[in-house]
Amino acid sequence: MSADDATKGVACTLKPPVFLHLGGGDAKTHSGVCVIDVALPPGKTVNIETITFKNFYTASVSVRLQRRRPGQEGAAEWRTALGDRPLMVNPHTEAGAQDYCNIDRKQMRAEPDDVCAVRLILKQPSAAWRTFGVEDVRIFPRTQPEADKEVSDWLSALALVERRPQDQGPVDAASVSCSLQQMWALTQVMQSSQSSATSVGRFDVDGCYDIDLLSLT
Amino acid sequence: MDEDGDLSATIAQLARRLKRSHLHAEMERQARECLHQPEIQLDTLKEDVRNFLRISGWERMLQNAVHRELHVGGLPPSLLTAPPEHLKEPLAYMRKAQVSWERRILKSLNSMSTELAVPLARMRPALERQELSNKWNEMGTDEPDLSRFRPVYAPKDFLEVIVALRSPNHHCGGEDVGAKSHWGLVRVPLDVKDVAQLRGAYAELSLAAGQLGVDDNAHIHPDLFENDYVDIGKRALAERDSAAAQQYSRRGCPTGLRADLWALILNSVNHSQDVMHYEQLKAGVLQHDLLVDNLIYKDVKLTASNDDYYFVFEDFLYQVLLCFSRDAAVLEHFKYNSATPPKSYIRGKEGDEDCAVFYPPNGVVPFHGFSMYVAPLCFLYNEPSKLYSVFREMYIRYFFRLHSVSSACSGIVSLCLLFERLLQTHLPQLFYHLRQIGAQPLRIAFKWMVRAFSGYLCTDQLLFLWDRILGYDTLELIAVLAAAIFAFRAENLMEVTSLASAEAVLADLSTLKVVPLIQLFLFAG
Repeated sequence: MSADDATKGVACTLKPPVFLHLGGGDAKTHSGVCVIDVALPPGKTVNIETITFKNFYTASVSVRLQRRRPGQEGAAEWRTALGDRPLMVNPHTEAGAQDYCNIDRKQMRAEPDDVCAVRLILKQPSAAWRTFGVEDVRIFPRTQPEADKEVSDWLSALALVERRPQDQGPVDAASVSCSLQQMWALTQVMQSSQSSATSVGRFDVDGCYDIDLLSLT
Repeated sequence: MDEDGDLSATIAQLARRLKRSHLHAEMERQARECLHQPEIQLDTLKEDVRNFLRISGWERMLQNAVHRELHVGGLPPSLLTAPPEHLKEPLAYMRKAQVSWERRILKSLNSMSTELAVPLARMRPALERQELSNKWNEMGTDEPDLSRFRPVYAPKDFLEVIVALRSPNHHCGGEDVGAKSHWGLVRVPLDVKDVAQLRGAYAELSLAAGQLGVDDNAHIHPDLFENDYVDIGKRALAERDSAAAQQYSRRGCPTGLRADLWALILNSVNHSQDVMHYEQLKAGVLQHDLLVDNLIYKDVKLTASNDDYYFVFEDFLYQVLLCFSRDAAVLEHFKYNSATPPKSYIRGKEGDEDCAVFYPPNGVVPFHGFSMYVAPLCFLYNEPSKLYSVFREMYIRYFFRLHSVSSACSGIVSLCLLFERLLQTHLPQLFYHLRQIGAQPLRIAFKWMVRAFSGYLCTDQLLFLWDRILGYDTLELIAVLAAAIFAFRAENLMEVTSLASAEAVLADLSTLKVVPLIQLFLFAG
C-alpha cells in the first residue's frame, strides 16, 4: 500500500453505471435503480477504511462487497455491507443532492477486509430528475494505527511539575516557588506563541486604497 | 455518519476559532490572576482554577461564545473535507447563478464609477477629514448632490434572477397549469416545510401558549401572563445565558428587556471591545471616501428618511452603515455565504496578489432598501458602538441570506418557495385568481421578505417578528407571515382585477398584528 493510496484512494476502475429497467422490448421503464461496479486491480485485495464519493441526485445507496479471504477456496462471496443509506432527505427535492459523502468501515455491517470488488447500488425513486449517479468514488485503505502522538514539550513539562510534589515528602517553600516560577514561565511562552486577540483587519495595503476598477474574473 | 469523529472535528474547529478571540486572552489573564488567591492549591491546581472560572461567570461566557459559534455557521457538517465552495453553497447551478448576478453588480459599479468620473475609493485630504469628524453626529444635515447616483440594484431586479433559476437535472414539465404543477414563479425544487412540519417546528407559537404580541394586550390583566413572563425574562438576563435567552425570545421579548436580551442572544456583550472596534472603523471612514458611501447616503435619503418611524434616526444610520462598509471582519461570513466579495487591485499593481483588496472593505454592496435592516434596531440601542455591534451580528447571521442566491433553508429562494407553496396549498382559489389576473403573489410579497418586513409593519410588531427570528434562529417565519397576510386579506383580493389593485389592497400593513396572524395561519383550522 503506497502513500498515494492513503491520500488519493486505491487505484480502482469504475465500470459504467448500469440502469435497471422494468419490462422488456420497447416498453422499458426506468426503475430508478442503478448499479455501479468498482473493480480493484486484479489479484489485489483491500482492507477498506472509507469509501468516499460525491452524490449527484441519488436518494439512497447500498454497498455490497466481494470478499476473497486468504486461503479460501471457491468463488469469492458477496456480502451486503450497507443497506439503503439515505443520501437525500427527500428524494424529490434538492437537499443533499450534490453533497460529499463518506461511508466508514464502522458503519458497515460486514467487515470490509480482503475486498476484491465493490458494488454500489444507487436508488432514486423520484421521477423529478433526469439522471442520477455518484461521482469521484474513492476507496481508502486501512492504514496502520498511528504511533502515540508526541505530547508537546510544554505539556510534558507541566505534567512533570504536577507530579513532583507527590513524590517529595513534606513540601518546602523553595521547591514550591521553583515550580510556580516554572508555571509562570510556561504561561509566558504560551502567550507569546499564540497570535494576539483579533484586531480590526486593515482593508488597505500599507495605507493605500487607491484602486482602479473592480476585477470581473 | 461517523458521529464521534464529526463531534471531535467540530470541537477542534471551535477550539481553534475561540483561541483567536478576545475572550480567550481574557480568560487566560483571569486564570493567571486567580493564582494569587489562597484557595487555589498547587496539587489541585487544574480543578481549583476551573472552579474559579465557573463561579466567577467566565465559564458561562465561554458557553455563550460556543453557542454563538455554533449558530453563526461556517462549521463543515462532516469530517469529510469538501471544497470551500461547497460550504458556501452545495448546488453547482446556484453557485453559477450567484456568480453571474455578482458580475452584473460589479459591471454596474464599474460603469457608475467611469461615467460619473467618481473614483471607487479616494483618500480624504486632512481638511476634509477634520470637517467630517466635526459633523460626525449630524451627517443628516448635509445635503450632498446625489442626483447622479442610482442604487446598484433594487429587490425587483433580484427577483428576476430568482425566477430565472432552473435546476438542470430537473424535469420541468410543461408550462400548463394543472392541479399538480407549481403555480408560482420559483421553479427550483428545494426542500421546504409544509404546515404540519411548521406546526412542529414552531410549537411555542401555538394557540395554547401565552405570547407577547397577543396576551399582553391592554384588555388582558397582566397577572394572567405578562407579569410572570417578564419575571422569567429578568431571570434569563441575570443568568447571562445565551441559549436560555434565545429560548425565551420565542414567545416574545418584553420591551424593557429586549435590547439586553438580543445582545445576550447574539453574544454582543463586550462593551469596551465594541467601542474600540467602532472607533477604529470610524477612523477608516474618515481616512477614505468610497463610492459606496454615496449609495448609502442615497439609500438612507430615499428610504429611512422618508419613513414616519425612522427619519429621526438618520444620523445613526449613516454612522452605522459607513462603518459597516469599512469592517473587514465581516469578510469572515463569506465562508458560509454563497456570495463572494468583489475584488480589486491597487492602481498599477493589477494581478499582484499582494496588492489585492476587497471593495468595499466588508465585501457587501448595498442595494436599495439596505438601510432598513438597521433602522428598527435604532429603537433599541442609542449608543452607536452597541447599535453597530448588534447590527453586524444580525447581518452575518440572518440578513445576508435575504439577498444572495442559495439553497439554504433560510435563504431567500427557499423563503419564496415556502411562501408560494403555502399559498397554493391553503388558498388555491386565491392563488389561481391572482395568477389569472397577472398578479403573481410573489411579485407583491417579495419586497416584504427581502427587507424582513422592515418599513412595512409598524415597529412594535416588527420587533415581535424579529424576536421570533432570533428565538428560532431562522427566517422561515417571514414567509409564513407573508402567506398569513394574503390569507387575512383574501376576501378583498378575490375582488381585484389587476396587479395594481392587488398591490393597493396590500399596500398598507401598518395595522396588522403579526403574532395572531401567524397563529391563525399555522394553528387554527
